[in-house]
Amino acid sequence: MGNVRMKEAIKKNAKSYIMILSLLVIGMVFTVLTKGIFINPRNISMLARQMTVVGVIAVAMMFVIVAGHIDLSIGSVLGCCGTIAAVLQVWHGWNTPSAIAATIVIGAVIGAWNGFWIAYRNVPAFIATLGAQMIFQGAKLGVGKSMSIAPMRQDFSFIGQGYIPAQISWLIGIAAVAVYAGTVLNGRKSKAKYGIWQPTLAADVVKIAGCAALVLGVIFMFNNYQGIPVPVIILFAIAIIFNFVATKTTYGRSVYSIGGNMEAATLAGIKTKRITMMIYVVTGALAAFAGILLTARLDAATAAAGDGMELDAIASCVIGGVSMSGGSGKISGVLVGALIMAALDNGMSLINLENFWQYIVKGIVLILAVWADMALNDSK
Amino acid sequence: MSEYILEMRNITKEFSGVKALDNVNLAIKKGEIHALCGENGAGKSTLMKVLSGVYPYKTYTGDIIINGEKKRFRTVGDSEKAGVAIIYQELALVKDITVAENIFLGKLANKAGIVNWHKTYADAKKILDEMGVGIDLNQRIKDIGVGQQQLVEIAKALVLNADILILDEPTAALTETEVELLMKILRGLKAKGVTCILITHKLNEIFEIADSVTVLRDGQTIETSDIKEINENELVRRMVGRELTQRYPQAERVPKEVMLKVEDFSYNDPGGKGLVEHISFYARAGEIVGIAGLMGAGRTELVTGLFGFFKGKTSGKILVDGEEKQIKSPKDAINAGMAMVSEDRKQYGLILKQSIRSNISISSLKQISSCSILNENKEFSEAKKYAEILGVKAHSIEMPVGALSGGNQQKVLLARCLMTKPKVLFLDEPTRGIDVGAKYEIYVLMNQLAAQGTAIVMVSSELPEVLGMSDRVLVMHEGRLVGEIDRAEATQEKIMMKASGGK
Repeated sequence: MGNVRMKEAIKKNAKSYIMILSLLVIGMVFTVLTKGIFINPRNISMLARQMTVVGVIAVAMMFVIVAGHIDLSIGSVLGCCGTIAAVLQVWHGWNTPSAIAATIVIGAVIGAWNGFWIAYRNVPAFIATLGAQMIFQGAKLGVGKSMSIAPMRQDFSFIGQGYIPAQISWLIGIAAVAVYAGTVLNGRKSKAKYGIWQPTLAADVVKIAGCAALVLGVIFMFNNYQGIPVPVIILFAIAIIFNFVATKTTYGRSVYSIGGNMEAATLAGIKTKRITMMIYVVTGALAAFAGILLTARLDAATAAAGDGMELDAIASCVIGGVSMSGGSGKISGVLVGALIMAALDNGMSLINLENFWQYIVKGIVLILAVWADMALNDSK
Repeated sequence: MSEYILEMRNITKEFSGVKALDNVNLAIKKGEIHALCGENGAGKSTLMKVLSGVYPYKTYTGDIIINGEKKRFRTVGDSEKAGVAIIYQELALVKDITVAENIFLGKLANKAGIVNWHKTYADAKKILDEMGVGIDLNQRIKDIGVGQQQLVEIAKALVLNADILILDEPTAALTETEVELLMKILRGLKAKGVTCILITHKLNEIFEIADSVTVLRDGQTIETSDIKEINENELVRRMVGRELTQRYPQAERVPKEVMLKVEDFSYNDPGGKGLVEHISFYARAGEIVGIAGLMGAGRTELVTGLFGFFKGKTSGKILVDGEEKQIKSPKDAINAGMAMVSEDRKQYGLILKQSIRSNISISSLKQISSCSILNENKEFSEAKKYAEILGVKAHSIEMPVGALSGGNQQKVLLARCLMTKPKVLFLDEPTRGIDVGAKYEIYVLMNQLAAQGTAIVMVSSELPEVLGMSDRVLVMHEGRLVGEIDRAEATQEKIMMKASGGK
């Protein structure tokens, strides 16, 4: 019995193993090519920071794609909101918290605009968000007068550039492990209450120990440079929250159901329009937040901010195993997908590969990822 | 050379352990019109799918012999090359392209990939002329009626120059004049030496046109006879084979208070066309109300409309358990105490990518969550409970629902309904496409639900099912309710008479 479960688990997770394997291969190749520079703590820290902006919108994009839609406007919304955040503080003298809050609200409203056309006016998401892409590209240039706006307030740039001191990093890591262990052990009690099969206590302890080793190892690595970058910890917080939303809430379940079979979900009593609206509102807010991260990291809002990032977000999802036909996808996969994209960018820059090659390589990787996924599905 | 153009010997085909065909034998003489009949689920369509290569060689056992030669079809293309063409019950036309293009779909006359449209249209016209039908070749499929679409399908099959033409219930959606035209075309084909296999369960058609008839029942061949050697009663006896009482579990039902009351209910599509007009009826706790009618009579539209799943507009009063309810969406309906199993479980029912567990719980997420946060363990145990009540056969409820057999999928949908603890349950074709054993289980379950005080409204195209399960039968014709017949007085003839617009 245990053996069968094990085999099933391996088969089920084949996708994840392949993803992680590809990541390791990419890492090793660049480590060799750069004679170890790729793997040094400073570069790892930079790479992690580079992936955060795309990581945040990839999380948002996952919900959109899982629901069977698409959002082509996410890059220009990101850029537009990043510019608004800069304009508010540099030209209008707003303080950091109010600039952030206002920007996120604007992002949510932009999301509602998309959601309205898609959910309530039946405009296909591809068209509605393609239109929005142009609109908010224009809005970005209009609001920022096509200029670079700088510099940001110090507490604002901290969001994109700061580091968490080593001691506090350790504390956060230990707290995270403790919370995780608590959740797993609590889950055991609940499963026992409902009489559901569960792995042995020993297996769970091993799982917790593995997780602890991973988390503390990563923190150790970051602490070898300057500590955990603030945007990285923010991305992880967002990922954890949205993983919870995706797997443990009625909203998450509804999103997956809509993407799996829209009509069946409606007939089963799910308010599909409202959920679709919700998805775009959240996406808008997250895009705004990613815009804030970007502006903070660059310490400036530029006219080109966010251009083409929707494609990076979609690529991260696809590489991370999100099905373009909707209904399935995992946050963890999307993060690995974003990490693969960032590693490619970073590694290719390190070996001074010309810019045009970077596009070509990323395009090929994207196609290979989907092909591998298809081949895997067929073999089942 | 034998007198048979086609022989199928000892064909056995299983679906996940259920024998859909069990040692079936079929022998067709050259140039005849051979009727293949039997009740729904008897295995007719499955047998023809074996013949046409939809189920490839090796997924069944037995031999297919055409003109004395053993054939092994791996694809539909293989069978077409051997001269077998099939026209399915569900039409396989591309809706947005023209009649002429559809006739030559995949075989357009071309030179180096450049289509010769003049030849295409001229050839298409020739074929339709030979058939003696006048359809505008430039019209798009979606703009012509179902009857004409059927004729286009036949034209498509003729392009293949098939020796053997299989028609799977071609007249199900046709009007009487269209049926006559079809019969004429079939006779014409016969005169040209084409052998036709006609799947149908309309007795009058069989006796009008067929030369011989084979009856299938529960996946087995019952008998093949020359049409002159058999009469209607004998044919029906062969098709049914046993007393109706054995197919439908007996239950004494005592109807109680009125659970669902519908007054002057109408449903217009977005174009304003009336799909359901001025219908009033009621269903009591503990009874099963059957809704009968021909295809397109508005039965499905009636139940989906009542359930809040509609495009366009509905009007009228709906009372559940004595309270008037405003139902604008399925969510409203579920909140009002209704549940529905739709006729097409793959399109409108299941979320195939998800597990049995989430498919069962999806209508009851409130029950298994607090503040919108799911309690997955509670979900698991509740879903498991309902899966067990319904006897869903699966080694775990974490299995994807797409991996189950049709009968088990239907049970999952019923489990979903039960979990919402409905007062009124709509079942639209509850046993379509599932095997005889699973059907019986679903009937037993319906009886149990009725006994527990649920009002069940069942739409069914299978008259024996309507007669076997309903306490009262409502008959619809062209969007209207044209009759109500009590169980004691209901006969197939009475229902058919009303359903087809007779008095």
